[in-house]
Amino acid sequence: MYAFEFHRPSSVADAIAALKAASDGKLMAGGQTLIPTLKQRLAQPSDVIDLGGIKELHGIRQDGNSLVIGAMAKHGEVAGSDLVKSVIPGLHELAGLIGDPQVRNRGTIGGSLANSDPAADYPAAVLALNATIKTDRRSIAADDYFTGLFQTALADDELITAISFPRPEACGYAKFRNPASRYAIVGVMVARTGGGVRVAVTGAGPCAFRLPDFERALAGSFSADALAGLSVSPSGLNSDMHASAEYRAHLVRVMAQRAVKAVR
Amino acid sequence: MGQFGIGQPMRRKEDERFLKGAASYTDDLTLPEQLHAVLVRASFAHALINRLDVAAAQAAPGVQAVLTAADYLADGLGAMPCMAEIGCPITRLPRYPLQGERVRHVGDPVALVVADNLAAAKDAAELVEIDYEPLPVVTELAAALAPSAPQLWPEAPGNLAFHFSHGDAAACVAAFARAAHVVELELVNNRVVAAPMEPRAALGQYDEASGRLTLRFTGQAVHGLRRQLAEHIFRLPPEQIRLIAPDVGGGFGMKNFLYPEMILVLWAARRLGRPVRWLGERSEGFLADAHARDQIAKAALALDVEHRFLALKVETLANMGAYLSTHGPLIPTRSSSAVMGGCYALQAVDFQVRGVMTNTAPTDAYRGAGRPEAAYIIERLVDQAAHQLGVDPVELRARNFIRPEQLPYRTAAGQTLDSGDFAGTMRQALALADSAGFATRRAKSEARGRLRGQGLACYFEATLGIPQEAAELRFAEDGGVELVIGTMSNGQGLETGYAQILNEVLGIAPEAMRMIQGDTGQVPTGGGHGGSRSLQLGGNALFKAAEEVREKGRALAAEQFETALADIQFEDGIYRVAGTDRSVTLAALASRRTQGRSLLDARGQYEREAFSFPNGCHVTEVEIDPETGVVTVERYAVCDDFGRLINPLLVKGQVDGGIVQGLGQVLLERTVYEGGGQLLSGSFMDYAMPRADDVPDLRFTTNPTPTPTNPLGIKGAGEAGCIGALPALVIAVLDALRPHGIHQIDMPITPEKVWRLLRQAKAAA
Repeated sequence: MYAFEFHRPSSVADAIAALKAASDGKLMAGGQTLIPTLKQRLAQPSDVIDLGGIKELHGIRQDGNSLVIGAMAKHGEVAGSDLVKSVIPGLHELAGLIGDPQVRNRGTIGGSLANSDPAADYPAAVLALNATIKTDRRSIAADDYFTGLFQTALADDELITAISFPRPEACGYAKFRNPASRYAIVGVMVARTGGGVRVAVTGAGPCAFRLPDFERALAGSFSADALAGLSVSPSGLNSDMHASAEYRAHLVRVMAQRAVKAVR
Repeated sequence: MGQFGIGQPMRRKEDERFLKGAASYTDDLTLPEQLHAVLVRASFAHALINRLDVAAAQAAPGVQAVLTAADYLADGLGAMPCMAEIGCPITRLPRYPLQGERVRHVGDPVALVVADNLAAAKDAAELVEIDYEPLPVVTELAAALAPSAPQLWPEAPGNLAFHFSHGDAAACVAAFARAAHVVELELVNNRVVAAPMEPRAALGQYDEASGRLTLRFTGQAVHGLRRQLAEHIFRLPPEQIRLIAPDVGGGFGMKNFLYPEMILVLWAARRLGRPVRWLGERSEGFLADAHARDQIAKAALALDVEHRFLALKVETLANMGAYLSTHGPLIPTRSSSAVMGGCYALQAVDFQVRGVMTNTAPTDAYRGAGRPEAAYIIERLVDQAAHQLGVDPVELRARNFIRPEQLPYRTAAGQTLDSGDFAGTMRQALALADSAGFATRRAKSEARGRLRGQGLACYFEATLGIPQEAAELRFAEDGGVELVIGTMSNGQGLETGYAQILNEVLGIAPEAMRMIQGDTGQVPTGGGHGGSRSLQLGGNALFKAAEEVREKGRALAAEQFETALADIQFEDGIYRVAGTDRSVTLAALASRRTQGRSLLDARGQYEREAFSFPNGCHVTEVEIDPETGVVTVERYAVCDDFGRLINPLLVKGQVDGGIVQGLGQVLLERTVYEGGGQLLSGSFMDYAMPRADDVPDLRFTTNPTPTPTNPLGIKGAGEAGCIGALPALVIAVLDALRPHGIHQIDMPITPEKVWRLLRQAKAAA
């Protein structure tokens, strides 16, 4: 780890100010990616700004027909929340599948979404549930948020404050785990929402994406069998020592079917 | 003798210390004035070093020294030895702890940076400038033997370090010529990384006044490594070097070798006159710890018309990596040859091994070390034979076992087998596994769209390691008993097993015993730990020492009561004159001292007369999800013959751990070097270790046939689980896949591999 200045602001405004003042500042929201990166000297930020002390970023609440989860809500809090379980059980289940207890007790939803790791779980939920990413200055629709590998619509000095999930009629998540890291090799969330059926995939591509033909098939008949004849092209999908693009493409269909079966 | 004696499932007495965080590992040790060392390691798998410039690093703040191969040679230090003697010539390849001209694997050390603190050392390490000229790279066995392959060593043309032969090739040819059936397989034994919980670490110290070097490190042995350091590296009398291994957080064989870092911290400490410490990071462990296995075997089994095994022929290619590690060549050769052919009556064995150099981390011993490879080969062949001949694999095995009435039996591999009840052990394992219920369970799995298979393997091994051990018992003035012993616990629970032997013979309470191990300054000789040797050899040495104490006490009691030796009875720690109320306790006699030592202090020595042969039968069931290729282990049962058990709870722990380690190799652990020699599986993000939820309930029973080869009748149990698990699990997977036309699969059995095989089979059907 290289030396850096450490800040622990107590308000979003102070955090943004510290970020703007730094020559190369990094926000830390749980640190599950940042800390290992720093320890391996793969990053050399001038300043690290820990968001853990900002009260307004914490908490999970219901707002009308939506669930609003603070950016600094830990995966373990979401997985342990009776409110999440009652409003969006599929999201509750997804959070419990992230990493291991140590990761879930440090990592946060805002950190995960800002990092946009291609194998993270939450992006599938954000896209499938048509969530809104709330930042210090605006709201970003899920469909506009993920732009590429570790890329998002966030500006360099923009900070996620909360994520608002409209309550779906039902949703389900199925995940094929990396046997080592337990990230998603493929994760699929299927949701029946007021705006129609949405199917979102994480792990398989550079960033989370939707499957329009799967959505159409499920809109016609919301059943696993409706997806049986569909396939996904391996072209452009991730490939690594654990799974080729071809295998991932196959798993997308299998996990989508299992997500449908898991819908609650 | 009561609840703490031999055979009792006593909980580990050392666990209180471990669980409360009171253990002392190498990284917990600090010395005044200590400096911190960091290694600059090769980023190329194969390259010439055209220029190495350490000036900027040397000038960096806090840096005390930046040392290179040139400094090492200028100081007149020696090359790292390969200690293996395998009965055939081994090309000796000079290995130095730092490379100055050429690097041969990613992670090869090039420079040592020593600084006041770790951050300064790391900062300076980045300033070392190395101009590499990349050379072509070869990491795979078959490719390394190709005529056009990149050559690693001029001394080893064709990348071949040795060609080992064992058995009787002519007899084997004759047996195959008259065979009615021949079964052939080509099998991969995949490369694994030990990755113990505690990474390697070393702390070097130099005392200028005496000229003595002291190395504190995480290791499985001290005396052998001291000899290597003294004779080959520093060229000092052994007593000028002291090695201390404090508590060790797992070794699995990997911490038995001489590593560059151990030499470098001692050398740097001597040059700088201050202690120097190095703590390996996890990523360094993946790159630079000795790896293991990595073999390809072409194997054939000849059978007669009645399905009796005639002969076994095995040609193994063994990946030695870039250098010959301390015992590297021993593992695929003599550690396998002793048990090649398993527990079967064979007429001839022909075993050939070629040791191959590649641009990968060196390989060496890892739990089982050669015996899992041998067991895997014979059991896969037997299973394949049963399938090919259309007979029940259980019956085929039973027909070919060495039978109890044939004992002692001289095996085709040249060993004399003293004990074993292979058919009985297999029967017990099948019963424990509820093998009769398998068909029902398979039908249930199929109803859920899953494939189910059952695998059975009868493993047969020999416990190895340095063949002699000594134990000393010293009665301290505070009433405690010190056991000074040359074995080395790295987590097995030896302290508890030894306390039980002591309790059995002398009635001494387990908490009164203190074990002193892993320090050449306190322990005069010893063989450390390896080859499942510790409790077997150390236990027998302690047993002899304890008997000596008992008899010394008897003599003292007889003297005190002015009676004949034969009239003194000893029980529960008390000597009594038979038929009287006169008695004296062992503790009272032990408190009689002269020249600072108790009159009862005693030493026992034990030397192994012959190998012992632990064996057993593993029965497992797996389920396969054909849509994804995921294999899950659903059931597991083992019946082992370990001879006499000192502590069944400790043994169960060893068996469980071994099975899980085997499961890791079969299903999860995949070491991947890409074509350029970079290690893709270089962290736990990609190298998959087994977790608790990968493992079903492990059922365990024993069918002991005590071995007459040692007084306690112990066979050794540390590696067995890992030996039986490989064939049992792979055979179970194949049992699930054979109905789909799949008859061969190699470890690791990853989901994508299974999915592809099923897809190909479907396309072919």
